Order: sequence, then C-alpha cells, then structure tokens
Amino acid sequence: MNTAGRITGIGQGGHITLAHGGGGTAMRALIDDVFLQAFGNDPAVAQEDQARFPLSRFTAEGDRLAFTTDAFVVEPLEFPGGDIGTLAVCGTVNDLAVGGARPVALSAAFILAEGLELATLRRVVASMAACARAAGVRIVTGDTKVVPRGACDGLFITTTGIGTLPAGCDISIAGGRVGDVVIVNGTLGDHGAAILCARGDLALDTAIESDCAALNGLTQALLDAVPDVRAMRDATRGGVAGVLTELAEASGVTVRIEEDRLPIRPDVAGLCELLGLDPLYLANEGKLVAVVPAEAAERALAAMHAHPLGRNAAVIGTLAEIPASGRRGDVRLVNRLGGQRVVTMPMGEQLPRIC
Amino acid sequence: MRFVDEFRDPELARSLFEAIDHAAARIARTRATPVTVMEVCGGHTHTIFRYALETRMPDNIEFAHGPGCPVCVLPMGRIDDAISIARQPGVIFTTFGDAMRVPGAQGTLIQARAAGADVRMVYSPLDALALARANPQRQVVFFALGFETTAPSTALTVLRAAAEGISNFSMLCQHITIVPTLRALLSQPGFNVDGFIGPGHVSMVIGTHPYDFIAETFHRPVVVAGFEPLDILQSLHMVLRQIEAGEARVENQYGRVVPPDGNAAAMAAMDRVYETRPECEWRGLGAIAGSGLQLRAQWRDFDAERRFGLVPRHVADPAASRCGDVLTGRIRPRDCAAFGTTCTPDQPLGALMVSSEGACAACYEYEGVGRAA
Repeated sequence: MNTAGRITGIGQGGHITLAHGGGGTAMRALIDDVFLQAFGNDPAVAQEDQARFPLSRFTAEGDRLAFTTDAFVVEPLEFPGGDIGTLAVCGTVNDLAVGGARPVALSAAFILAEGLELATLRRVVASMAACARAAGVRIVTGDTKVVPRGACDGLFITTTGIGTLPAGCDISIAGGRVGDVVIVNGTLGDHGAAILCARGDLALDTAIESDCAALNGLTQALLDAVPDVRAMRDATRGGVAGVLTELAEASGVTVRIEEDRLPIRPDVAGLCELLGLDPLYLANEGKLVAVVPAEAAERALAAMHAHPLGRNAAVIGTLAEIPASGRRGDVRLVNRLGGQRVVTMPMGEQLPRIC
Repeated sequence: MRFVDEFRDPELARSLFEAIDHAAARIARTRATPVTVMEVCGGHTHTIFRYALETRMPDNIEFAHGPGCPVCVLPMGRIDDAISIARQPGVIFTTFGDAMRVPGAQGTLIQARAAGADVRMVYSPLDALALARANPQRQVVFFALGFETTAPSTALTVLRAAAEGISNFSMLCQHITIVPTLRALLSQPGFNVDGFIGPGHVSMVIGTHPYDFIAETFHRPVVVAGFEPLDILQSLHMVLRQIEAGEARVENQYGRVVPPDGNAAAMAAMDRVYETRPECEWRGLGAIAGSGLQLRAQWRDFDAERRFGLVPRHVADPAASRCGDVLTGRIRPRDCAAFGTTCTPDQPLGALMVSSEGACAACYEYEGVGRAA
C-alpha cells in the first residue's frame, strides 16, 4: 500500500482522542494507518467519496441486487470466539446470504468513543479484515466519527452490504409450505451464552465460544444441493424461537419442533438450567434456520454436514397445517415426555429467574 | 446433562402418567368431584407448563397454581418504594432480574432505569455488596426478595457487610415466608384444594416439619417436591395415593435435596438478622399476619427503609386483574378477562403475568393465548 501521502503519525498515547474525528491530520492518519491498511484499500481510490463498481460485475452474477444494513453494539467488545468486528462483517454477510444472495461488498461506519484504546481498534479492524477475506467480500467504503467519552460504549459499528441475487432465486420467510422440514446448521444459543459468560457477572468458567461466522459458503453449498430452499433466516437476536414464530406467521403454517432434536451444547444447556433461560431464545451469530421440501431434507443435510459450519446440522421439525383451534403463527414444541407447548415470540430481554 | 436428564426420562414419565391415571380412576369410583392439587412453588408451576403436564392429566385431576412465586406476590406499593429509592441521587439500586419488569403504580424498575435511575441486575446479593465496596461514594441498595430460599444469603450478606464495616450498603427487605400464607389460605372458607405439592427449595432451608399443621389440623396431604417433571409427577402420584387411602401426611419426595430438619446454619443466619414483620402485604392476597421478615433493630443501619426515610406506600391491585383468584386456585389464568388481552407478558397488568414462574405468564408462554390443541 502506498503510504507516501501520510502527513503525520496517528498521534501519541495509544487512545482515540476527539482529534481523530476532527477532519484534520489525525483523522487522516487514523484512516490511512488503521483502516485502509487492514482492509487493503488503494489510497488513490479511497480518496474519493464513494466506492465504484462496474455494473457488469453484477449483471454477470444475477438479475437483482440485494442490499442490507445492520448496526452493531456489544458489551464486551471482545469475547471468546469473536469481537464486534467479526459480528459486524458476519452479521451483514449473513443477512445477504440467507436471501440466497452472493455478498460482494460492505461499507463500514465506526463511531468511536474518546478514550478507546487504539490497540483494541486495531484488533477489531484486523478481525473484520480477516473475516471479510474469508467470506470473499471486500470492505470498500466507510466513515469514522469520534464522540466524547461516555457518549457511546467504546465502539459502535454499522455495516451495509450489497450482493447479487441469481435469477430465479426466491427465498422468502413466507415461502414455507405444509410438509416442509426445518433444519438448523448447528448448536443453538452459543453466542448468547458466550456473551453472558464474557460479561463476568456470573463468575462461571466455561469453554463456551460465540459461533460468530459468515454463512455465505454454507448457504451456497446448500443452494447448490437444494435449489428450491423455501425459506432461510439467520437466527440472531431472539434466537431460533424468533425466526420460527416469524416463519409460522408469514408462511401461514404451524411449526412443530421436537425438543429432543434441538442441537444444544451441554455447557450451554447447563448455563440455561442454572439461570432459567431458554436456549431457543438465546442469540446466535453463525446459525441459520432453513426450510426445505421434505424430499430434499436428506440432500440438504448431507450438503450441510460436508461444510465446516454445518457439521452439527439437524432437522428439528416440520411445517404443519394450522389446527382448527390454533392461531396463525403458532410454533409448537413437542417435549421428550410427549407434551406440547407453544413457543411464543420473544419479548424484551430474557431475565434470569430469582430461584 | 447429568442430574437433569435422569429426571426427564420419557419411559419413567410414561409409567408415572399411567400410575396417576390408575389412581385417578380408583378415586373417581368413590368421588364425583375432581381432585384439586395445589403446587405451591412458582418453580413447580413453570415445570408443569413447560412440560405441558396439565394437558396429560386425567379429567378428574386439576392443578391450582399457588402463591409461591416471590416476584408474583410483590405488591405494587413495594415496587413504588423501590423506584423512589432508585431515583434518589447517588443510589445504585440492585435487584434480581425478574423483579425489574413488575409494574407498580409508578411503572417498572426497567422504566425507572430508562428515565435515568441507576438500576442494575445482579445474580447474588454478594454482587451488590461488591458494588458497594467498589463505589464507596455511592449508596448501594439491594432489593432483598424471596422466601427462605434467598433469605439466608441476604442475611449472610448483611453479616458480611457489618463485619467489613461497609457503610454504603443497605437492603430494601421484602422477604416473605410461605407457612403463614398457606395457613391463611387453608383457613379461608371455600378453599377448595385437596392436597399440596409442597415447596422444594424453601424446604431445603426450613425442612418439612413446618407443614405438619397442614396434615394434622387441615387434613390435607403434602408432598415436598423437586422441580423436574418426574419429581412433579411422582409427587402428584404420592398425593393421590394419600387421598385414595384417606390419609393426610407430610411426605418428602425431594429427599436428595431436602433434609427433614432443614439447614440449621441457614436458619440460624436468618434468625440472627431477621425478625417477623407484624403484617406483610401480598399482591393478590392482601395483608397476611406474620408472613414477612424485616431486619432486626441491631442491623437497622443496613435497612434501606430507615436510611432513606421511606414511608411505605399502599397501592390497590388493579381491579381488572384477578390475580388473587388465580393464586388461591378459584379460577384458572384463562378465566380472567384480562388474560392475553389487557394483561400480557409485554404489558403485565397483574404480577402473575410478570415472572415466568407466575401461573399466567407460564400459561401464556407455553400454551399461547388460545387453548393448546
């Protein structure tokens, strides 16, 4: 990378100061030194106010654009299995991928708090770069603002993603049909559990890591094997319960899942038992729910099992008719004792029970 | 998961369901009315709904969901007390998580936090004490809630604060005890409960003898029970066996946790720190003599009511919610007109909709608004 244009160093002290957002030399140095270098952007191109793409790139791959944005805040900024940077890249890549789109490029906007350690920022940016490289997308444009200490919790990131949708690809949350099967690509609740433990309030020593991962490789493998995937969603906030309730409502079906088939790590299950939480509602950052026709279930599972992010993929349930007495949007969980209960739309935050 | 999966075993559950069916059928031969069994603890209520045990019961067996969820019986005025302390400058107000959503007349602690109060969720009273240690210039208040399950740990926290000379820590004490309330319920005319699935964690502290009066004076069986589905099923079967035999005894199904004499060290700590309040208000049930705890005079420096000059408020329960009728087993959650309409887990009107151990929240959460098919 050509650094001849650098005017001054990034500044003394190893912390973000208000000067880094002031539009002057400190800001320029920060952008050159931290962002452009990590993201591999050509400074000559990056000096423009916008990234530019030849349209042919898109038209060669599909007939529509997919476009999405997401804001990321997390406490702590770094946690076992990832950091706010990996979340910011994976989250937006996944929002494109579960629609069947091929992610092409991301933008990244940073709100930095005065006092944030530069070393932390460098680590976060490095993991964004590594994550983007692994997912095959480029971070092509961005912005930085600095706010006074206390006005934000260290570092907020917003990423926006653009991708191509192949002709004929029409995956929709409303696409589920009676008889289809519901698949998840691995263990549920790992991210939510990892964050709870990383906050340190519980004084629990666990090996739980966030499942944060870009799923576009997996969705591509699945779509290659099963082009008629009906619905797909990444199960982030609100967990798998949130996705299933949306699926049931949008598709006009009852979703029946079986407790015994839910893949859950024993340590995550144990944490939930201790705190009175339900892993169905815990956040994931590398898990998706896919709905496929019943006859394609084996093919879908085989394709997922062959991918590193789908090794623990499992069929967890099926879509059924709405019973005469039922409501649109019901998700029913059949427990191992044979009883049935309703899984409701998550509300607010899950609060641990008193005893 | 060890020590959990064993108590959710489908084969064992099937044989218990069968045993319950048989006992219920035998009872039905000599008795026309249904048998109502009250599970006292919120934890039991949660298990019953989570595993849909109620939907598997024979027609003549009904559960009544009792008053043993400490968050659910929090009176509205007490939440207002908590909010008024939390709003004072310099205060860090700490609480167990599920109390944050309980509405008082002035809203909830979550809303108070949004409006600027420093309200924090903790997992243990010792976490609150640690906050006091770390913030000597702030006043740290812990909302001491719960039955004998949590009271020993808050008592020990007061003792530790005193030993360490921590002067910026205090507790808003809302500890309650279940035995006077069970006595009050049983003394009500028309209290239509035939037997009890008795508290598990409370009994771990107080033992099983405090329930002897239920069998001796009121001639109802009590089976102290664990919280897994097989615990509940086995306990219900034990209650039915007693009813069938015309007996009324206190039995202990939860022997792996509950010693008959309780935990002497825990009771001693409680006794050292707390005394009985003359009267304590329960949401939905009203004031019950001798059912609450307060700090003894010796520990009054740790009493937030005194430190903040609190004048306790009384707020009447909302007329539209029939929490009291649900708590006493007179109606089921769905029979209340507010259920699922003006009272939902998002916007709870009554306290039973707040905690996942509340009968209404558990019913809503696990059965939905419409009756499960």
